Amino acid sequence: MTVLLNVKDLRAYYGQVQALHGLTFSLNEGSLTTLLGANGAGKTTTLRAICNMVRSTGGIEFDGKPLNNRSTESIVRFGIAHVPQGRGTFTTMTVEENLQLGAITRKDNAGIVSDIERMYAHFPVLKQRHTQQAGTLSGGEQQMLAVARALMLRPRLMLLDEPSFGLAPLVVRDLFGILGKINREDKVSILVVEQNAQLALELADQAYVIETGRIVMSGNAKDIANNEEIRKSYLGY
Amino acid sequence: MELFTNQVLAGIATGAIYACMALAVVMIYQAIDHLNFAQGEMAMFATFISWQLMQWGVPYWGAFAITLVLAFVGGIAIERILFKPLAKAPVLTNVAGFIALFAIINSSAGLIWDFTIKQYPTPFGSSPFLGSQLISTHQAGMIGVTLLMLVGLYFFFQYTRIGLAMRAAASVPESARLVGINTSWMIALGWGMASAIGAIAGMLIAPVVFLEPNMMGGVLIYGFAAAVLGGLTSPLGAVVGGFLMGIFENLAGTYIPGVGNELKLPIALALIISVLVVKPAGLFGRHIVKRV
Repeated sequence: MTVLLNVKDLRAYYGQVQALHGLTFSLNEGSLTTLLGANGAGKTTTLRAICNMVRSTGGIEFDGKPLNNRSTESIVRFGIAHVPQGRGTFTTMTVEENLQLGAITRKDNAGIVSDIERMYAHFPVLKQRHTQQAGTLSGGEQQMLAVARALMLRPRLMLLDEPSFGLAPLVVRDLFGILGKINREDKVSILVVEQNAQLALELADQAYVIETGRIVMSGNAKDIANNEEIRKSYLGY
Repeated sequence: MELFTNQVLAGIATGAIYACMALAVVMIYQAIDHLNFAQGEMAMFATFISWQLMQWGVPYWGAFAITLVLAFVGGIAIERILFKPLAKAPVLTNVAGFIALFAIINSSAGLIWDFTIKQYPTPFGSSPFLGSQLISTHQAGMIGVTLLMLVGLYFFFQYTRIGLAMRAAASVPESARLVGINTSWMIALGWGMASAIGAIAGMLIAPVVFLEPNMMGGVLIYGFAAAVLGGLTSPLGAVVGGFLMGIFENLAGTYIPGVGNELKLPIALALIISVLVVKPAGLFGRHIVKRV
């Protein structure tokens, strides 16, 4: 299997405060990898560092090409779609405009139109609401919209920051089902950061556990889920 | 009744100019969260450039078009040189930047073209419009050009990709970057467009107020007032606010005894304050709720 994303000795800083202390991990092409850890462990910072939204040092390679020192907007053009914490919805715009914005770097108009239809097939609720202001959608619908917006890029890698946050358990199940389907059928590699470890481990094939800015555990998601000691000490269930 | 109609139409004509200025102010406010105090001076300078071009023998519409392009490029240059470096600076630093820009442009215009009042031509003539005494052809032209520009802008922002990208960059900059929009250039583009819109306002109002370096002072105050009245977060509100300002101003001057020309500005502003007491975000503005 080829390595799609390779992160080496990643250190990130918020002003004087160091949030990541030399993180090393990799993600295989086509895999669904999850990054687990408690509040403040550095999960969000890791995603933000990949997209150069926070000052960092260390090596980040995507498909063999270094991403360091590139602007956030140019990293998108490598085919990396980032669904940020809080979903990043363009609340004052319509659902359809949000989808168009996801494809704003693409030039193939016909492809964009057909992809919007494809998203409506994935997420029928978005079709019903396509002329509504995105801010009027419920939390779950906005998360669907955020995932759909990211897919409009036709990404090779999708970064998801706590997609389950603030959603009802049933909605989360739905969403994770869709993520698995996207991963298998559309061959999109996914890196998902989650606090809901149980659910994330069910979905993922690879898992990393972060604690205070360092990787403390890594391996096959099933193995980690079955290891009671790890579960109790790091994942809290 | 004829007096009333006459005053309303005249109000709409000057209101069109206020609407342009208000729209320019709102565009920059949306992009960088600051009021551009130098918006009027930028418009004045552009108007001088068009005048100079006409002095050199360029026909009116040629000068108009060249000026728009120069104003657009100039607006982008001002953003890149002066305000991009100030993007993360405190509010007061930005305010100082705007005041400096105001003084620099105003004095440069005075130095180049001196402070004497100059006649500025109108391409529409100043005969009665369609034979009626209600409105002159120049006033009708002001309204016409403004409406054309507004329709053009509406289509630009609603139906083009770059317009969509500009709206996205102004509303949620971080998400805009995450979908691959270069927000920094969108801000520069906003400055260029605001500058060009201001130039249109300057060239349309110059035949009425005459051309001189301080010609836009009063106009910009009305523009600000219109923007605040309509809501600084709403381009549509700014435009409606501009037209309302023009109409209020004229009606107050005509019908409220003892007001006349001198007091119509305070009266109009007082009316705005009354509106803002009831609707603090302006008529069309949104309350911005931030999670902390």
